[in-house]
Amino acid sequence: MASKRQKDSPEEEKKQASSFPDEVLECVLGFVKSHRDRSSVSLVCKDWYNAERWSRTHVFIGNCYSVSPEILVRRFPNIRSVTLKGKPRFSDFNLVPLNWGADIHAWLVVFASAYSFLEELRLKRMTITDESLEFLAKSFPNFKALSLVSCDGFSTDGLKAIVAHCKNLTELDILENGIDDLGGSWLSCFPENFTSLEVLNFASLNSEVNFDALERLVARCKSLKVLKVNKNVTLEQLQRLLVHTSQLTELGTGSFSQELTLREYSELESAFSNCKNLYTLSGLSEATSLYLPALYPACVNLTFLNLSDAALQSAELAKLLPHCPHLRRLWVLDTVEDKGLEAVGSSCPLLEELRVFPAEPFEQDVVIGGVTESGFVAVSQGCRKLHYVLYFCRRMTNSAVAAVVKNCPDFTHFRLCIMNPWEPDYLTKEPMDEAFGVVVKTCTKLQRLAVSGLLTDLTFEYIGKYAKNLETLSVAFAGSSDRGMQCVLAGCPKLRKLEIRDCPFGNAALLSGLERYESMRSLWMSACHVTMNGCRLLAREMPRLNVEVIKEDGSDDTHAEKVYVYRSVAGPRRDAPPFVLTL
Amino acid sequence: MSPETARNPPESEVTGLNFKETELTLGLPGESRTQAEIVSKNSKRGFSETVDLNLGSSSSSETRGRSQVEEQGESEAPCAGKPPASKAQVVGWPPVRSFRKNALKSCTYVKVAVDGAPYLRKVDLETYSSYQQLLSALENMFTCFTIRNVLNERKLMDPVNGTEYVPTYEDKDGDWMLVGDVPWKMFVASCKRIRLMKSSEAVGLAPGTPAQSASAS
Repeated sequence: MASKRQKDSPEEEKKQASSFPDEVLECVLGFVKSHRDRSSVSLVCKDWYNAERWSRTHVFIGNCYSVSPEILVRRFPNIRSVTLKGKPRFSDFNLVPLNWGADIHAWLVVFASAYSFLEELRLKRMTITDESLEFLAKSFPNFKALSLVSCDGFSTDGLKAIVAHCKNLTELDILENGIDDLGGSWLSCFPENFTSLEVLNFASLNSEVNFDALERLVARCKSLKVLKVNKNVTLEQLQRLLVHTSQLTELGTGSFSQELTLREYSELESAFSNCKNLYTLSGLSEATSLYLPALYPACVNLTFLNLSDAALQSAELAKLLPHCPHLRRLWVLDTVEDKGLEAVGSSCPLLEELRVFPAEPFEQDVVIGGVTESGFVAVSQGCRKLHYVLYFCRRMTNSAVAAVVKNCPDFTHFRLCIMNPWEPDYLTKEPMDEAFGVVVKTCTKLQRLAVSGLLTDLTFEYIGKYAKNLETLSVAFAGSSDRGMQCVLAGCPKLRKLEIRDCPFGNAALLSGLERYESMRSLWMSACHVTMNGCRLLAREMPRLNVEVIKEDGSDDTHAEKVYVYRSVAGPRRDAPPFVLTL
Repeated sequence: MSPETARNPPESEVTGLNFKETELTLGLPGESRTQAEIVSKNSKRGFSETVDLNLGSSSSSETRGRSQVEEQGESEAPCAGKPPASKAQVVGWPPVRSFRKNALKSCTYVKVAVDGAPYLRKVDLETYSSYQQLLSALENMFTCFTIRNVLNERKLMDPVNGTEYVPTYEDKDGDWMLVGDVPWKMFVASCKRIRLMKSSEAVGLAPGTPAQSASAS
């Protein structure tokens, strides 16, 4: 229920007689959901700015330090749903020290007074403690949906508080977090009369769960649409859950390997036969060719198949895929090898997104396995609608990439990770410049690019010249000189996120982007050639940017080992730990 | 910009992380080399060399049941070559979330090295129930080999050049033993890695006793 602001004076009202009444405008704007559209709306004029801010119910904050909770609640009084992202993305790969920040608690305190009707909180790369979870559970009586992705700082005890106190909970989504798993008893803390759950995802928690409590929960929550269990739920237990949940649209199985009797297997098969509404399937850890066929009946409507926990071989994948005729998104491990990708090419004509993850990314010895350039080409030949790729490999060629984008010119997201730094073209030994050159020349809609392999400044000249829609760029172990980064900053007008590690870019490159950083969300540079003086100069010239340097133990005082630059209306951080220097 | 003028991998004076040391090369650590040298050293083995070794095959082996090791269409060695013994691990690279580290259950996987081949394969010992099955699998992996059961010794032979290979393994104590001497289950429990050693080098590797001079590959 939107609370009304004070009416304007009578003169004002007369002036506005010819424009929409505010209520109508707010009603119309209620249909505008995209936050970018809403930003545009708010810039039209003061009336529209006000109508927009009163009618907005969901806010997305891509960098929690770009704004303060006080500023947020002052502008938007009626928020029901908040999405917040915290740490720089490279924190996923341990490049950001612990206790760096992005703690949600200060936000919760402000929300408790300003948004007591808050319903949804979605956090990514934030820190949230058990105390904060309990505070959340007790401060918002209408609270419905909690999603925590790549967060840290809490334990399963915090989940107990949420589960016990949020009477209207519809969504609990706990994904890929670094937390203390103190056991699965939190599942037993759902009250016996609790029935509102629609989404439950605890796939990435490791502990045992009380299966009886889970089974009773699933049985009484008739609206449950999404269920993703963890590895400790057995096949036999899964079958018992599926009996209650024929309406599921997304399923994440537990461990898919168990000694089953013939009768148990056929019960499993018929349980899957009842899951005709599934469009997302994941889990399947330790899946073997023995039991995968039980799944086939459930795959008929699948659009997203996530096999990144299942070390499938090419033959197993080749047998599974023909049962998924509507597949649009596929995630696999590179255990499927090129042969498995050939099967993808021939079985998945509607495929739009492919992610191939390495089963053994940190393997030091030279081991045969994984995927190569030929698997990549094979997929592109059969999957002409492919527009999102994340591909981890140990070798690639310029000509293969050229063939891929010739087959699939509509890439919006092209993330290629050749896992050995500075790896040249496998056949010609040349740098991989031409590969990324042909990507940016051909794929005019490209929004996100990650480069790898042996790359000179030429790659970045190409990017600056052709990648006019590029928004996110990830660079590692690449480039020859400052010129590379300068080309990108000068040439990519839509660039919002730039993350760089281990490149020979220094102060000249950093400072060439002076004019750009305020129109970007953030810049990360680590293990480059930037110095403290360069950072200080940037901070001095651009006072509305936060220029932060993360000091490592043992590094000298002139080198800026890790630099994080971002625009902010909240000023410098007030919660920075001692190793984060704001210049 | 030609490869020769591409920048050399940088050395960060400040952190002391010498990136050259983290490169995969064919030489020993500590040898300095230019980028061009590295590029040429990393060239894959010539095709004739791989034919001589006759390792790998283009035929698939669907009938092998649940082995975690698949046939490769190509037999060339990967570009990077053999890394030096002490290779610094680069922090946060490759950019894979830590929960993905343990995608493969690795406890029963062992590496199989063949003398003279610059690459390894991995096998999951739990997928076999006898030595014969293991040797058949190794034979399939390196299809030139045929199993010769001569005088109850288990050997693999490369028919192209007549070289005999003796399967040996490193056990939990670090000793190199001949494959086949202990009961199968005991072998599975104690085997850490397998090496197909040339017969000529296996002299002195008496059944059931640790090797005198075998060097770990």
